[in-house]
Amino acid sequence: MAKEMQADTTVAGQSSVLKATSSISLSKARWGESAIKIWLALCAFVSVVTTAAIVILLFSETLNFFESVSPAEFFFGTTWTPLFEPSSFGVLPLIWGTMLVTIGAAIIAIPTGLASAIYLSEYASDRVRKIIKPVLELLAGIPTVVYGYFALTFVTPALRNVFPDIQVFNALSAAIVVGIMILPMVATLSDNALRAVPISLRQGAYALGATSYEVTTRVVVPAGLSGVMASFLLAISRAIGETMAVTLAAGQTPNMSLSMFESIQTMTAYIVQVSLGDTPTGGIAYQTLFAVATLLFVITLVINIVSQIILNRFREVYD
Amino acid sequence: MIEFQDPSILPEINTPMNKKSALELRKVNIFYSDNQAVKDVSFNIRRNRITAIIGPSGCGKSTLLRSLNRMNDFVEGARVEGELLFADENLYGKDVDPVEVRRRIGMVFQKPNPFPKSIYNNIAWGPLINGYSDSTDELVEKSLKQAALWDEVKDRLHDSALNLSGGQQQRLCIARALAMEPEVLLMDEPCSALDPISTAHIEDLMFELKERYTIVIVTHNMQQAARVSDYTAFMEMGDLIEFNVTKRIFTRPSVKRTEEYVTGRFG
Repeated sequence: MAKEMQADTTVAGQSSVLKATSSISLSKARWGESAIKIWLALCAFVSVVTTAAIVILLFSETLNFFESVSPAEFFFGTTWTPLFEPSSFGVLPLIWGTMLVTIGAAIIAIPTGLASAIYLSEYASDRVRKIIKPVLELLAGIPTVVYGYFALTFVTPALRNVFPDIQVFNALSAAIVVGIMILPMVATLSDNALRAVPISLRQGAYALGATSYEVTTRVVVPAGLSGVMASFLLAISRAIGETMAVTLAAGQTPNMSLSMFESIQTMTAYIVQVSLGDTPTGGIAYQTLFAVATLLFVITLVINIVSQIILNRFREVYD
Repeated sequence: MIEFQDPSILPEINTPMNKKSALELRKVNIFYSDNQAVKDVSFNIRRNRITAIIGPSGCGKSTLLRSLNRMNDFVEGARVEGELLFADENLYGKDVDPVEVRRRIGMVFQKPNPFPKSIYNNIAWGPLINGYSDSTDELVEKSLKQAALWDEVKDRLHDSALNLSGGQQQRLCIARALAMEPEVLLMDEPCSALDPISTAHIEDLMFELKERYTIVIVTHNMQQAARVSDYTAFMEMGDLIEFNVTKRIFTRPSVKRTEEYVTGRFG
């Protein structure tokens, strides 16, 4: 009897409890939650603030630079001798050196990287993939200074056997090692792009009597083309920004020679040279650093934006 | 246990193919590594008829269908034993070229899978890679007409196929398969991703197509099997439980399991 009574009161009690708390307004502020949110936002802002600070610094110093050097001289001059008299501020030799290395690297990395990606995504068995992918990632993880050293002590001597008149510092060895360096990037990003092509498209093509080669070259690669192109552009932007290996391998001679056997200087290598030297702060030589860095920043930014646009277009295809 | 009404649908081991069959399956066993997905399945697929394969999920019906044009070759560890006769040759014979098999036995998949190309190029692609050298204009028109899609797309042949609706995409995939002029058309649940109107379109289409092609369809939808097919194979757990003319399977099946399945008591 008593138990029943209790049960009754519980039921009645429950309904009254429900009524009492039926308001949906927040009864107690959750301070912990807000604190964590603010902390996370601050962390996220660190990178935004840093980027903004760098950009502002680069652009303001670059503006100072253009007060003493005309943009025409900077962009169209063909002699780069900012550190000694008579000083000349034509950035073209640095751009030329960067291009020479980048194009050479691309010629090595793009076909090889694309072929690796096609092999990995279309032909390799899971077992082979599981071996090759980590090796490629390992290749991407090697510090770039090691590549530079490798160029200087192994690639150039090896090239000397074939081309005896090659200089100790030369664009070719730099292009080769930068090519090896960006190859994993092309291979893994292109592999991802090709693997994102739905299996159903491959099946559809096979069911029409296509061979593996036809399926790959005429369905899978065209379908994944924008992702593949984006991987090329990102790798090229990485090659342009590459610093340590080219400084070690290609030397410090601003040069507009067509020959890959001669020493050149890239934009990045110039920045290293000035940063390591005893250039006084505030002088014109010091300001060239920012002008070159801004140029480099703008070039790689544009390439990255273009590749992002291409990638986004690619995503829409299968949505 | 299996009672056949029409003796021509009975396969016999070590005999030439029945002239009425497009394909004959004789003691077909299919394995995925150690799992057996299809067990000792034998039946004949008649020319210019629609044969449906029905059964609960995982019964091996799709696996069996994919073995008919060697699409199982791409599944690692898949192995097919027994005889699958096509044009008096075993599809899994040593000298058989799987690429040639797929040219002659076409397939339409569960989810429409048009290439990210124009409508026109979706159709012309198969013939072109297989060395078709005449103008493809006529072939494209003919294939789209056969798939009852021509009137809807004739003014935008060079638009992307991806802009078509799901039902149109599936008919495009049928047209794409027909452009190869296959002898057999395999359909793996071709309407499962489509709305009822598009489904009705495709079913009407199948009736027209059977005058020229042999069709094998796997379907989850028993009303569909009953509506469109001439013969029905009912499978369960890899076994062929019953094979007969469709009318018989759906009105007076010989096996109790079949009856339970087609009347919706399980599965």
